[in-house]
Amino acid sequence: MSGVKAFVADFGLPRIIIAVFLLALFVIAPFVGVSLTSSFINVTARFGMNGIMVLAMVPMIQSGCGLNFGLPLGVIAGLLGATLGIEFGLTGIAGFGVATLITLTLGAIFGFGYGKLLNRVKGDEMMIATYVGFSSVMLMSMAWIVLPYKSPTMIWGFAGEGLRTTISVEGFWDKILSNFLAVRIGPEFVFPTGMVLVFAICVALVWFFLHLKTGTAMTAVGSNPVYARASGIDVNRMRLVSVVLSTMLGGFGILVYQQSFGFIQLYEGPFSMAFPAVAAILIGGASVNKANMVNVFVGTFLFQGILTMTPSVINSVIKADFSEVIRVIISNGMILYALTRKTKVAR
Amino acid sequence: MRGRIARSARRPSGRARRGKATMNSIEPILSLRGVGKAYDGTRVLENVSFDVLPGEIVGLVGENGAGKTTLMRILFGMTVIAETGGYEGQISLSGARVSFKSPFDALDAGIGMVHQEFSLVPGFTATENILLNRESLESTMLVDLFGKRMSVLDRGLMDRRASKAIERLGVPLDASMLVKEMPIGHKQFTEIARELDRENVKLLVLDEPTAVLTESEAEALLSALKILASQGIAIIFISHRLHEVLAICDKVVVLRDGKLIKETRNEGLTLREVASLMVGRSLEKAATIRPVSERPSGTPILEIEGLWVDMPGETVRDVCLSVSKGEILGIGGLAGQGKLGLPNGIMGLFPAGGSVKLDGKSVPLNAPRKTLDAGMAFVSEDRRGVGLLLDEGIDWNIAFTAMQVKGTAVIPLLGGLFQWRSDVAMRELALEYIAALDIKCTGPHQRAGNLSGGNQQKVCLAKAFALKPKLLFVSEPTRGIDVGAKRLVLDTLRRYNREYGTTIVMVSSELEELRSICDRIAIIDEGSVAGILPPEAPIEDFGLLMAGRLAREAAAKEAAK
Repeated sequence: MSGVKAFVADFGLPRIIIAVFLLALFVIAPFVGVSLTSSFINVTARFGMNGIMVLAMVPMIQSGCGLNFGLPLGVIAGLLGATLGIEFGLTGIAGFGVATLITLTLGAIFGFGYGKLLNRVKGDEMMIATYVGFSSVMLMSMAWIVLPYKSPTMIWGFAGEGLRTTISVEGFWDKILSNFLAVRIGPEFVFPTGMVLVFAICVALVWFFLHLKTGTAMTAVGSNPVYARASGIDVNRMRLVSVVLSTMLGGFGILVYQQSFGFIQLYEGPFSMAFPAVAAILIGGASVNKANMVNVFVGTFLFQGILTMTPSVINSVIKADFSEVIRVIISNGMILYALTRKTKVAR
Repeated sequence: MRGRIARSARRPSGRARRGKATMNSIEPILSLRGVGKAYDGTRVLENVSFDVLPGEIVGLVGENGAGKTTLMRILFGMTVIAETGGYEGQISLSGARVSFKSPFDALDAGIGMVHQEFSLVPGFTATENILLNRESLESTMLVDLFGKRMSVLDRGLMDRRASKAIERLGVPLDASMLVKEMPIGHKQFTEIARELDRENVKLLVLDEPTAVLTESEAEALLSALKILASQGIAIIFISHRLHEVLAICDKVVVLRDGKLIKETRNEGLTLREVASLMVGRSLEKAATIRPVSERPSGTPILEIEGLWVDMPGETVRDVCLSVSKGEILGIGGLAGQGKLGLPNGIMGLFPAGGSVKLDGKSVPLNAPRKTLDAGMAFVSEDRRGVGLLLDEGIDWNIAFTAMQVKGTAVIPLLGGLFQWRSDVAMRELALEYIAALDIKCTGPHQRAGNLSGGNQQKVCLAKAFALKPKLLFVSEPTRGIDVGAKRLVLDTLRRYNREYGTTIVMVSSELEELRSICDRIAIIDEGSVAGILPPEAPIEDFGLLMAGRLAREAAAKEAAK
């Protein structure tokens, strides 16, 4: 009995409830006419697509900057990278590579400014981050119209200028990672090895970074900034590094997302990225100032699993389209839950 | 009410009345009998009994932690007392036994309290502050309709009431001045006038009222207090400025370690006597301090010139100090005088200026990393806030600073391009210190937040030792830990000093602790060094250094006579 209690305390009750719920959905699925195979396809694809954006939460959480609600800023870097790649007419590996390079550069620049800003609002990072996300999306919504893109695949056909809301990456780098080393299991199910592999490599890199002297200092800054300062750490610099890292990861994350999804979503697209990522890492068991790689894996899998399974199963049961409602309730409910349980490190 | 005051005003003043008072012909206003208090089993106050007569000024003196604050909390019915299990003994006010449930009861019963920090509304005038929540009201038609909340202020009556209260104080205070524009002394007068406006006020308690005042302001306050006493109001005056206590009090009550050490009339009392009563346990000869001949002297390792530190509540104004290689230098002084600011400023945790030289090399201030690199380490008095990563394991806590500063437990990868943290090396380092300092824990991974206070302190020490410093600052190393752990911590410091030759600068509020381990003790008063004494110096000398410059001057005059 005490063993069970210890396990519950260790793994976290919400995580257990959600895992059990997900399992139940998988069990029910075949009985209500939802194909298990297509469910698995969806879950693995979404797991790979969203994983890196969830990972983008980790550096900022570790350095005490809180949850990265400003993820849209990184996403915008990714959108600029992708659209510029297409504008240059590059396809395949070269296109994706150039898009990645541009994304990482822009992500570093954006992250630097964003980090400088967050260093001035210590204590209110998450609120300010939310506003940074919102305002950058709005600013870019105007920019997408006026930026001098010329590629006919991207601009509005009737006006001859301004980017479309959705741009297909078909013919450029559609599924370039997903299809790399893809393994066919059964008639329908194809495991997107390349994409999951890239996700795993990113996780390994972040893990490696957090294990370095600098990463250790970053964790200490998040754990107790005064202690870190007394140990000779430049607290602001560490926070800045973490924000830059988070923003760059967010940018690369959206590139991976796009190649699997097949489309670049501009304008208000980045809005819908931050909250699911925040919810996922919280479901994974992270707190507002502690996160690890297990949280990323478990959280992404559970959250994307629920998101995929709940609508299809429940829609089949009650014969109505609830998918969007349920998605919103779950992701926002989870954030709300996690924030109410936000405990400041006892001082 | 008015009659009583008029009568007492006719009475001869406090000092002349003394003969009468000792005959117990007057009923005491306040009478404490066997009052005691323990927080969670820690005794802070024990069997305190004394009386306060009408028109008498009683000086309550004692070191920090002597129990003065607790006694006043009990008297004033602060809820913290009831929440922690109430108190022992009984308190009578004008002969009737009282037990206040809240400060409001105490106010109603006629006790006024003036705290060290001002509780005034800056944007209000003196009148408005004096009468806050007790304003004179004028009825309007709306009152009949909507009740009392609709009445308006009767400004004229309020002004008269405020002027009357100020008049009783006998000070020039402009009732229509905004508090934020007042000099500090006038703010203090406003606080007192507020208590005086209560018609039934019989007893006034002033907690360090002169701490923030200039000398002339303090003098004006003291004479105002004498005027009040002559009107029959009893006053309890808490101050560590002993010369003020001796100047105005009829009776002096000395508390030490929660016990009443002495209750005496202020007749022929000298500063020296009071100072020694205040600080002095007769010290059982500490065998642990070094004999005079073996004390390191000469080669200075740390030279401090004109140091100022802007640490809130512990401001350092101008400290010049030289620390010899290999010694243990104690830094003592009362709370708020700046002894804590010294190490915090040098280590870069608070803005500081001046010149600090380690081994003859100038150390830049306001840069924690530079001081660490120079070979200094610091064990902070704020263990949980500054000293520890409460959410991390013991291994992280001990190894982190050394890792960042000295590269301990770091494995260079790819020719030093990456600096990999070695968890194994961290664990070994932690195990080494767990054994060396006898840290009681379940293992190197136990969270620091789950350790007891004494063991947390040992982790903090281990963190500093892991840096292998030339000079170690230790601030309040025994605060909040039990007696056994105290001994261990002090022994550890002594051992590192003797075995490794680490120079130690130890800041502590506990004079006895300093005298049991240090080679020299510097006393900080009002932000600078008041004097440096050997640990064997007579206890009253330490007391005098702590009691302020004026007290020292007065004592010198006494001695000259």
